[in-house]
Amino acid sequence: MKIKNKLIITIFSLPLIATPLALTASDDNVPPIKNKLVLEECGACHLAFQPAFLPAISWEKMMNELENHFGEDASLDKEMTREITNYMMANAQKNKIVNFDNPPLRITELRWFKHEHGEREAKNMLNKKKLNSYVDCAACHKGADKGYYDDD
Amino acid sequence: MRNIIIILIFLLLFPLTASISAPRDDYLGQLEKMAKQFDDSFSGFSVERGKELYFRKSTTGKAETPSCTTCHSDSPLKAGQTRAGKPIDPMAVSKTPSRFTDIEKIEKWFRRNCKSVLGRECTPIEKGDFITFLMSQ
Ligand code: HEC
Ligand code: HEC
Ligand code: HEC
Repeated sequence: MKIKNKLIITIFSLPLIATPLALTASDDNVPPIKNKLVLEECGACHLAFQPAFLPAISWEKMMNELENHFGEDASLDKEMTREITNYMMANAQKNKIVNFDNPPLRITELRWFKHEHGEREAKNMLNKKKLNSYVDCAACHKGADKGYYDDD
Repeated sequence: MRNIIIILIFLLLFPLTASISAPRDDYLGQLEKMAKQFDDSFSGFSVERGKELYFRKSTTGKAETPSCTTCHSDSPLKAGQTRAGKPIDPMAVSKTPSRFTDIEKIEKWFRRNCKSVLGRECTPIEKGDFITFLMSQ
């Protein structure tokens, strides 16, 4: 199973780097979040990241370990956890082959992301705004909460 | 005539101010009951102990969050910031009057933040002290 997964990933990973978001609704937009609970609870510490950035298995894993969320306790009660998990999984990135044994949890570590933000323009913005990482999307993408990332 | 107007204004404002702080007083009342069960010698919440908790440097929680000041800044009167850069309104009730008025919200953040910083949940006494300190600021 493991070897088969990895094979599929290698075969498919090349075109996937080039077309990071071609799998989402329109060309430049990522569908915005329409669920109030998700906006509120997942937007408390950072921008509520749109579900289409990660595959369903990633959200499932992340939602299962909220007590240990990137070095913080972000836990919620059972009912909220269930509602948010359902929403994120239902609106997740589709048609992408992923490694089920080790799904990605960070958008900022995806290959297309590093590719888009590896150019001098993004790096200069990072330094100018004195950010330590790319996690604060809205610092550079003013329309990030609406799913609009092509504004620079 | 002037007196009547002043009294009228007070009568109009009273329910407003009362309703904003009512959940806070309720919650503190609940905490006080629990605190007495928790510790026989408990004799009221303390601004001093709350202040000590706010500024405490802890080594028992997660490495990324050694203190409440990590996110709530080194003054309750100032805005803080999450680790991902999102601003947090000042914790002092004088600066942010809506502080500690939604019991579910308070409980959720005490649970998370005490676990992140101290590696355990806060006791009812610690919670009451913390709020009492921030009401005094
Ligand atoms: C208690 C604060 C808190 C809450 C609430 C919270 N997060 Fe996070 N989240 C963080 C921190 C801290 C990071 C890591 C930031 C960094 O690396 O600088 C993070 C990172 C992430 C990342 C990875 C970002 C990257 O690097 O690409 C995702 C995805 C994420 N969170 C999703 C969620 C979802 C979904 C929810 C709602 C269930 C949520 N978060 C709620 C604190 C929180
Ligand atoms: C330091 C500034 C900065 C931060 C922070 C940042 N970006 Fe970007 N981003 C850029 C720049 C510059 C580009 C390349 C210019 C462009 O095409 O818009 C870019 C491009 C993109 C693109 C491709 C847009 C297109 O052309 O279709 C996406 C999607 C994107 N970023 C998403 C994100 C997400 C999600 C986050 C947060 C996890 C984020 N960015 C954080 C600066 C930033
Ligand atoms: C990792 C960042 C972080 C740390 C560390 C942190 N907090 Fe918080 N805290 C937050 C965020 C984010 C909120 C929610 C935003 C808001 O209420 O403005 C919050 C809210 C709260 C609330 C709810 C306030 C209200 O109005 O209901 C309480 C109570 C609280 N924190 C207590 C603490 C205590 C006690 C500590 C130290 C033991 C602590 N926090 C450490 C990030 C943090």
